[in-house]
Amino acid sequence: MATKADILKYLEEVKDPEIPAIAIEDLGVIRDVQINDKKVHVQISPTYSGCPAMDMMEVEIKATLQEKGFEPTVELVLYPAWTTDWITEKGRAALEKYGVAAPLGESADKRALLGEAQLVKCINCGSKNTQMVSQFGSTACKALFKCNDCYEPFDYFKCLK
Amino acid sequence: MEQKIYDYLLQLGDNSMILGHRLSELCAHGPSLETDIALTNISLDLFGQVRHYFQYAAKLGVAGKTEDDIAFLRYAHEYKNCLLVEQPNTDFAYVIVRQFFYDLYHLHLLQDLTESQDKQISAVAHKSLKEVKYHSRFSSQWMKRLGDGTAVSHEKTQAAVDYLQPYTAELFEMTPVEAELQEAGIAADLMAIKDRWQHDVMELLKEATITYPTNEFSHSGGKKGVHTEHLGYILSDLQYMQRAYPEMSW
Repeated sequence: MATKADILKYLEEVKDPEIPAIAIEDLGVIRDVQINDKKVHVQISPTYSGCPAMDMMEVEIKATLQEKGFEPTVELVLYPAWTTDWITEKGRAALEKYGVAAPLGESADKRALLGEAQLVKCINCGSKNTQMVSQFGSTACKALFKCNDCYEPFDYFKCLK
Repeated sequence: MEQKIYDYLLQLGDNSMILGHRLSELCAHGPSLETDIALTNISLDLFGQVRHYFQYAAKLGVAGKTEDDIAFLRYAHEYKNCLLVEQPNTDFAYVIVRQFFYDLYHLHLLQDLTESQDKQISAVAHKSLKEVKYHSRFSSQWMKRLGDGTAVSHEKTQAAVDYLQPYTAELFEMTPVEAELQEAGIAADLMAIKDRWQHDVMELLKEATITYPTNEFSHSGGKKGVHTEHLGYILSDLQYMQRAYPEMSW
């Protein structure tokens, strides 16, 4: 019988459809895996309530496990609610490499988004001389920033706690 | 009891759905790219939350209805949203003032619902609260920017506050179902929320140099299914696909 570690290994292939550089496991979306012979039950936690990527993730989890010969079921669990704290170190590194600034802590995030302090590092040149352009970005989880030194616009993954 | 929880879920969901629809009308019509994206993001969050409520309601199975039936196949009098959220996007000031009044109400409501004895309602509230904090931050900032901005933005914001304030009292009216569920520790106590809402609104309006109207008159009816004419137009748009192609799906 497959172990939980095996299943999680298989699920490393499933990426966030909106940010394909990060595995949903590193995003902290997978909450639990229960295995009963061929039957595998995966609990996932939505990042944002209206995130259209959640349906896609469910489909991909099922497809990935079916390919390995399992009979998967996926359940959406709302509580405890997903937080950006569940993004792993590996996930944060993958985000930054992809070009999305990783979330700051709660109070730093608030100050950065309110324009009270320059705390978000430019993903292009590393300067902290950056400016919030919009609290809401291309997807529900991101805000839009621009760098005042190299003028690069970039996404910042908002802190959600 | 399940029927009552079902009714309560629909009422919670209807507020967010109708407001979400109003905001979605601004997609590609926002005054700037950033505000357009923000308003549609907020709309998306609200629709996501609505799905949590309606999926739970469908699961209760009291009316034998699916999530889509609940969202799309009811008549106007069966929608129990407050009149405030169906008011039109007259101008940007109206959009922001409506959002500001609703966000602060929504924030306090969800805070209380995290303590609900109904585990699923509490879970949805925990989840939604995180998102609504961002909404209220957005609308509060715009209230200050518009109210304390130019003479024109101030005048328009004051006009929107004067027009929409009479629709806010209804947010705090308790229906018999709500009163009963509140006794059971499931629904929120809207009277308690009203005081906190009033306090927050007053504080922010002061900063925004906007005067809170002194009038005592208020509109009401939505929670009983008696709506302004605007809802009919919203539903004809919202329900078009399901009515034209019954049981269609993606």
